[in-house]
Amino acid sequence: MNGAAPARIAIVGASLAGLSTARALRARGYAGDLVIIGDEPHRPYDRPPLSKDFLSFASGAEDIALESDEEELAARWVLGTAATGLVPRPGGGAVVQLADGESVQADGVVVATGATARRSMAGAELPGVHVLRTLDDAAALRADILAAARDGGRVVVVGGGFIGSEVAATARQLGCDVTLLVAEGAPMEGPLGPFATAVTDLHTAHGVSVRTGILVRGVERAGGGLAVLLEGGEPVTAAVVVLGLGAVPATSWLAGSGVALIANGAVECDPTGATNVPGVYAVGDCAAWWDTARGRHEPVGHWTAAKERAAVVAARLLGEDRLPRERAPYVWSDLYDCRIQLAGDRIFADSDPIIEVGDVADGSFAAVYHRDGAPVAVVGFGQVRHVTAVRKRLVLPASIITPSLSPAPSPARSPAPAPAIVHRTEGVVS
Amino acid sequence: MFAACPLASLAPGDALRLEGPETDGVPIAVFHTEDGEIFAIDDTCTHQDASLADGWLEGCEVECPLHASRFDLRTGKVDAPPARRPVRTHEVSVQDDTIYIEVSTEAPNLPPGVQA
Repeated sequence: MNGAAPARIAIVGASLAGLSTARALRARGYAGDLVIIGDEPHRPYDRPPLSKDFLSFASGAEDIALESDEEELAARWVLGTAATGLVPRPGGGAVVQLADGESVQADGVVVATGATARRSMAGAELPGVHVLRTLDDAAALRADILAAARDGGRVVVVGGGFIGSEVAATARQLGCDVTLLVAEGAPMEGPLGPFATAVTDLHTAHGVSVRTGILVRGVERAGGGLAVLLEGGEPVTAAVVVLGLGAVPATSWLAGSGVALIANGAVECDPTGATNVPGVYAVGDCAAWWDTARGRHEPVGHWTAAKERAAVVAARLLGEDRLPRERAPYVWSDLYDCRIQLAGDRIFADSDPIIEVGDVADGSFAAVYHRDGAPVAVVGFGQVRHVTAVRKRLVLPASIITPSLSPAPSPARSPAPAPAIVHRTEGVVS
Repeated sequence: MFAACPLASLAPGDALRLEGPETDGVPIAVFHTEDGEIFAIDDTCTHQDASLADGWLEGCEVECPLHASRFDLRTGKVDAPPARRPVRTHEVSVQDDTIYIEVSTEAPNLPPGVQA
């Protein structure tokens, strides 16, 4: 590291992005004070299993902890206490105000407060209607799903994203009668595009009723249970309703702080996580880093981004001039016995995808998207080895696209110029 | 100790999954790093059932192909979550252009639902 490391760093958010930042700081030799603030009472846990193994009772809370038993971060943990405000300090850094009236003054602040589940639907507050974001959400949902499986009640899942499909698959595997309602033409159509029909096929083969092109108006009580009201269709009765409507960046606590947000509420950051307030960074689901290839600030709500970008923020906080390299985004979903994998960004493709192995009709294939002949994205169903091989040769769009726009100037951009991210395609290991 | 494969059949950057009576029912992954070193570890990620031989090999680390846990090939130690338990490492030797493996006598750290 070069330059003076901050004497104290406060990380606001005790989930994957926050924990990963703390780990990366210690791994890079940071020996100063580290304070980790989390609004949930729990130590950091892994969220992807909440819709899969944890929901199916195959794993418990202890199994999804993110820290290992012998891990020692030498951090002060402030858990069960939400941050309520941030006041920048003249020399950089900020004071973080907490719900219990205390505050933490720090030379470096990392905003890693994640996102909250969207509940924007009439009836979202009714008993038996769930969202899934936290461990407590998942514990409540799995109790109701288990009861539905026992009593023969129907589980209705609303939402065309990853969580909707994963909850539908898990509930089905627990023996529930499951209906999945999606607005799009197929579940997971946003990330998977034309290959999303393979998800419909998977669900259908396992006995989930998938209804596409459905707009849901709300949920209401009906008899002893619930009814999901559809736009232009008969209501669907349900014992349990799960709303997978997406997530909202958890940044309302930054109101009035001077930290710039983009329209959806995510924190506006440069390509390395720096906000417009010197010494304040943001990473994970609450952050929108400048995306050179897209020419805009782009919120990225993926697990791997939270982990990998945390290392970039740690390097910046410590004044390092070489940052960890960036890799193509990678997301996965485990539905039934099928591993669905998606890496890269297919929106940058200039041609139709090529099926390199397998067959879409068989539900096992890998499709690769190209731009100027270079692979920019891969979609795989049950083709783990091939997807890894393609991921290693994916080209980052920023390295082959000339950006037409530059980041919008911010009033108080961090004074240190951001070092360039080392691209994997350059073959440089930092 | 058993003969895993000819050295020439495992190019640098490649990995091989071995499963048979020699491995005591626990699949083993053999890696040939870009630097020319050879390592053997249990093939199954300790987090969830996935073959590490299908993973992303970089330096002396392999990243699980599914959930991006990272293991140090030299020690088996976890370098990145979600895995929390190390994989077993096995002793490797190369004699007469053949890779030999001495299977660890420790108990493997298999993920939930996977049996030896």
